[in-house]
Amino acid sequence: MKAAAFDYLAPRSLDEAVEALSQHGDDARLLAGGQSLAPVLALRLASPAVLIDLNRVEGLGILEIEADGSVLAGAMVRSRTLELSPELARVQPLIHAAMPWVAHVQIRNRGTLGGSLSHADPSAELPAVAVACDATLQLRGPSGQREVAAGSFFRGLFTTALASDEILIGVRFPRCPAGRRHGFAEIARRHGDYAMLGVALSVDVDAASRISAARVVLFGAADLPIRASAVEAALIGEPAVSGIAEQVAPLATDGLEPRSDHQASAEYRRELARVLVRRTLAKALAPGAPSGAAR
Amino acid sequence: MTHSIRLTVNGKRFEQVVEPRMTLADFLRETLDLTGTHLGCEHGVCGACTVLVDGRSVRGCLMYAVQADGSSVVTVEGLAERCPLNGPAVLRGETGLSVLQESFREHHALQCGFCTAGLLTTAHALLEETPDPTPDEVRHAISGNLCRCTGYVPIVEAILDAARRLREGPTA
Repeated sequence: MKAAAFDYLAPRSLDEAVEALSQHGDDARLLAGGQSLAPVLALRLASPAVLIDLNRVEGLGILEIEADGSVLAGAMVRSRTLELSPELARVQPLIHAAMPWVAHVQIRNRGTLGGSLSHADPSAELPAVAVACDATLQLRGPSGQREVAAGSFFRGLFTTALASDEILIGVRFPRCPAGRRHGFAEIARRHGDYAMLGVALSVDVDAASRISAARVVLFGAADLPIRASAVEAALIGEPAVSGIAEQVAPLATDGLEPRSDHQASAEYRRELARVLVRRTLAKALAPGAPSGAAR
Repeated sequence: MTHSIRLTVNGKRFEQVVEPRMTLADFLRETLDLTGTHLGCEHGVCGACTVLVDGRSVRGCLMYAVQADGSSVVTVEGLAERCPLNGPAVLRGETGLSVLQESFREHHALQCGFCTAGLLTTAHALLEETPDPTPDEVRHAISGNLCRCTGYVPIVEAILDAARRLREGPTA
């Protein structure tokens, strides 16, 4: 239960970090909050020769809230910071709603936004939230910086668009428009455990109270967060009332082939997908449910 | 490869040489001989090793000692005397325990005691942030700490009672 020996680097700048990663390549792992990596090392599921600790890299801990309500969050922003920021709760209510579901307070005190997204656990909350918010991820490598939409960042089980010499450095969340409804829910054996299945959704409602856009993201349902596209398509143009949830929720299992594991069978996960989409959508569209960024 | 680190633990300054793979919890127990911090699962599930790093509760087994360079760490050994939250001496009584620790004792919030250090540090951080928590907030806060003896009910009662006593102060 002790990690194998490794060398430890603690770069102070992003350039140094990128350089260290280029130099050590596949022998190195990036250390962010360590809340997933340290257990993996302790159980010796991995034994990298070098850990590159991002905790002392300047500038990665920023949380910038722009006047229009868009947000730029550095990869090393702690989950707890996202949870407790009143400004973020106002402008990005979906992120705020999801945070209490992320593990336990001790984990959120160390765990980071970028760490969770890069780790790409299929049952984790933040990847689904990033997809539901249509976030853009900023990746930095030796040849420069590029941006990838959250929807195409996740590629499979613990697999992302990050090249082996690239570091996720920040995430941009676009403005949450007026009239947007949001919802978040998950079912886990115990609160704080990884979800058996969960839903993060945002629904845009136009001036005529009709649904103009929807992003309904399931996590724990496949190898990566996936959009329930049949549900989304069925919502467009419909009146934004709770009753619609009952109608569209059965579509949540269209094309869904969840895995069976020690936590839940595939059949149970399909049932959870239907139930959670119905509940979450009904609540988001209920009269008086919060809408858009709060004033 | 070893690294020299400087940190403050329970108000005392230390300078030590550590191997990178040594966890903060092992460092506290083995290097500093502060064995009040317990290690249960050693992979972040049980919460027994919870300590405070710069005021925040963290899993001591999921952080390497080298990462605590420059930090201020408080362990269960540091709860009794140091922090203003522990209340004035008159509240602490003859035992010298903190109000929270005393409350755990009174409410039988421990049996074997293995999880207790982690629960105390976790509850301490909660009360610093939230002096008047609801029972639900207490349960949520300690959800990352496993206890196999008590069934949690007396732990929740102890934390709520400590919060009440700390709010009311020595006159109550």
